[in-house]
Formats: sequence, structure tokens, C-alpha cells
Amino acid sequence: MKIPTLLISLLALSGSLRADVTIADAWVRATVPAQKATGAFMKLTSKGDVKLVSATCDITKTVEIHEMSMDGEKMKMREVKAIDLPDGKTVSLKPGGYHVMLLDLPEQVKPGQEITFKLVFEKADGSRETQEVKAKAYPVNETPFTDKAAKEEDAKH
Amino acid sequence: MAVDPAASRAEAQDMVFRAGKNWLRGLGALAVLGAFTAAAPLHAAETKFHGGDITGTETGKDFSLTDPDGKVRHLADFKGKAVLIFFGFTQCPVICPTALSRAVEIKKLLGADGARLQVLFVSVDPERDTPEILRGYTQAFDPSFLGLTTDAAHLKETAKDFKITYEKVPTGSSYTMDHSVVSYLYDPAGRIRLVLNHARTAEECAQDIAAILKDFPAAPVAAPPSPTPTEK
Repeated sequence: MKIPTLLISLLALSGSLRADVTIADAWVRATVPAQKATGAFMKLTSKGDVKLVSATCDITKTVEIHEMSMDGEKMKMREVKAIDLPDGKTVSLKPGGYHVMLLDLPEQVKPGQEITFKLVFEKADGSRETQEVKAKAYPVNETPFTDKAAKEEDAKH
Repeated sequence: MAVDPAASRAEAQDMVFRAGKNWLRGLGALAVLGAFTAAAPLHAAETKFHGGDITGTETGKDFSLTDPDGKVRHLADFKGKAVLIFFGFTQCPVICPTALSRAVEIKKLLGADGARLQVLFVSVDPERDTPEILRGYTQAFDPSFLGLTTDAAHLKETAKDFKITYEKVPTGSSYTMDHSVVSYLYDPAGRIRLVLNHARTAEECAQDIAAILKDFPAAPVAAPPSPTPTEK
């Protein structure tokens, strides 16, 4: 029984080395020709308190983390330094809240296109780890992974 | 149809407050509003709309904005249709697509009356929203939606007429726009009727628009031409 034990401990070790963030439902809003910016959205659940501090992607050099908020009937958008991901809590990056902003897009983002993101998470001790996630682009007029989208998807089946 | 008179009143009230840069006008409006609020329980059943009723106000009396073909459009161009107008910018990945998607949904919910609704999207970012982008953007939602733009100076005037505000806000590498997200509705006679907050659902908006369209019977559908008689 030595080998399985070794395997398990190796697995456990590798688990503790990487940031333990589960990334689900990652998507990007496709653009129309000549449109230079769009947003990426996803759900993040961390094991242990971490912060999302930056992001990069393979289709543009300019990526920022933004937060949208409402002041009465006024929409405000601000760049944020980090998004807190408290232990075990699912934080949604979605239209109407936090999102990853892609700017200076050199080309149109087409529906169905796959975009690779590298997300940088910072732990309480200041150590940083990078995690990769692939996000699919959805047409500009669609908002997937919402309760409503799930209902519509169910209705199709 | 479930109407929350308090919410509608709050919406109208909100409008008045935002309009109230002019002290005296604000006070006058408040007095009127006070009278209305006091009398409200008696008239609750008469409150027809989910949105704020702004019939008779000076909001958005007319506009002069350029469509992606370079044609200058005025309110009168859309006579005969209800007009849903709101302001935004295409680089916004979050709220503007939501507002446009809601407009798509509203049109769908209106059924046959959907053809009697014109949706107008006015850019608050003329610097970046070229006619090409505007056309592509609005048509990605619905081919009948029209994007409108103008120069920076005239946009300022237009925004003032519609009591909306917008500001350029620098971000790390570029800029974004903060802006009001209310939608306005004109009736087919070109009169301003409602202000619809962003939180209003497509269902609520569609009910309000249907109620307004009811007062404007659709033009009778022309009978199909009878087939030309032919010899047997």
C-alpha cells in the first residue's frame, strides 16, 4: 500500500501549491465589427481567502478589472484593484457587478471563439498564483448562465 | 395588471428631483408633487402605469440626431409609432446590452404591436461610437433598432433636454462613461409619456407600452388585392 499513499500525498501537495479557486461558467461577450471593448464574466469560488488581483488574456494586452454600480438611475463603472474572494463564497463576475474588461481589442471577438485567461490570485500572505481558464464568446445580444438563460435552455429540451 | 402606485410615484418623484437644479422650479414641482401624493390614495386606481407618468412635461420635446446613414432624425420621423429611447455607449459590456436585450424582449411581448414600437439608442460616447459600430451594435439586437449620435456639443444639449447626465471617467488605460440609464417612452402622437427605470422588467414595460398603444388603434391592415380575374 505504499504507492497509493505516496500518490495521495503527492496529490495533496500539488493541491496546496496551486490557488484553490474553482472557476465556472466563464464567458465573454462577443463584439460587433470595430468595437474595441467588451467584458468577461465568470463565477469564482475559492478555498481559503484570496483576492483576484489581475488578469491577462490571449486576444488583447489591455485587461482591467471593473465594477459596475448604480447610483440611483445612473450607471457607474470603476476600475478596482482587486476582488475579494472569501473562503467558500461564490463571487459572480456578471453584467451589473464585477467584470473583467477587455480593451483595445485588435480584432472582433466572434461568437463561439475561445479566449484563454490567466487569472492572478493573491493569498493572505501575499503569495501569488496564476490559474488559467478558457471562456467562450457568446453573441452580443445574449447573456448566458443566468437563471433566465438556464430556464430557456431547459425549455428547449 | 398589478400596478404599484407607490413605485410609479417614486419614479416620477425621482425624475423631478434630478430635474431640480433650478431651486424655484424644484420647489414648485415639490408642491405639486405634495398635493399629488396627498391625493394619491383616492386616485390609486387611476394609476395606469408601472413607469413614471411624465405626460405634459418638457422632457425630450424633440431631438435632432444623426442615424448611421448620416440622416438627421427628429421625433416627428417616428410619428405613428411608440418610441422607446435611451442613452448608452457600445463599449459598455454590462448595462447597455441589458437595456437593449430588454427592448428586444419588450418588442416580443407586445406581439403584433411590436411593429409599432421604435427603439432608439443614443450614444453618449460619440468619440468612439462611429456610425459603423452603432449600426452593427443595435442591429445585432434587432434590425429595426436605430442607433443615433451627434457631436459632443449637441449631445450636451440633448442630454439636458432629456434630463440625463453622463461623464467621461478615466480608467487605467482608457476611459469609460458613467451615464443615466432611464428609458423614455413617447406615444405614437409624439408626446412624452413615461420614464422607465432600468430595474423595470420587460413585462412591466410591455404592459405600459401596450396600455398606451391601446389609445392609438393600429392602422387597418390593407385587404390583400383581389386576384386579377383571368379567363378560364
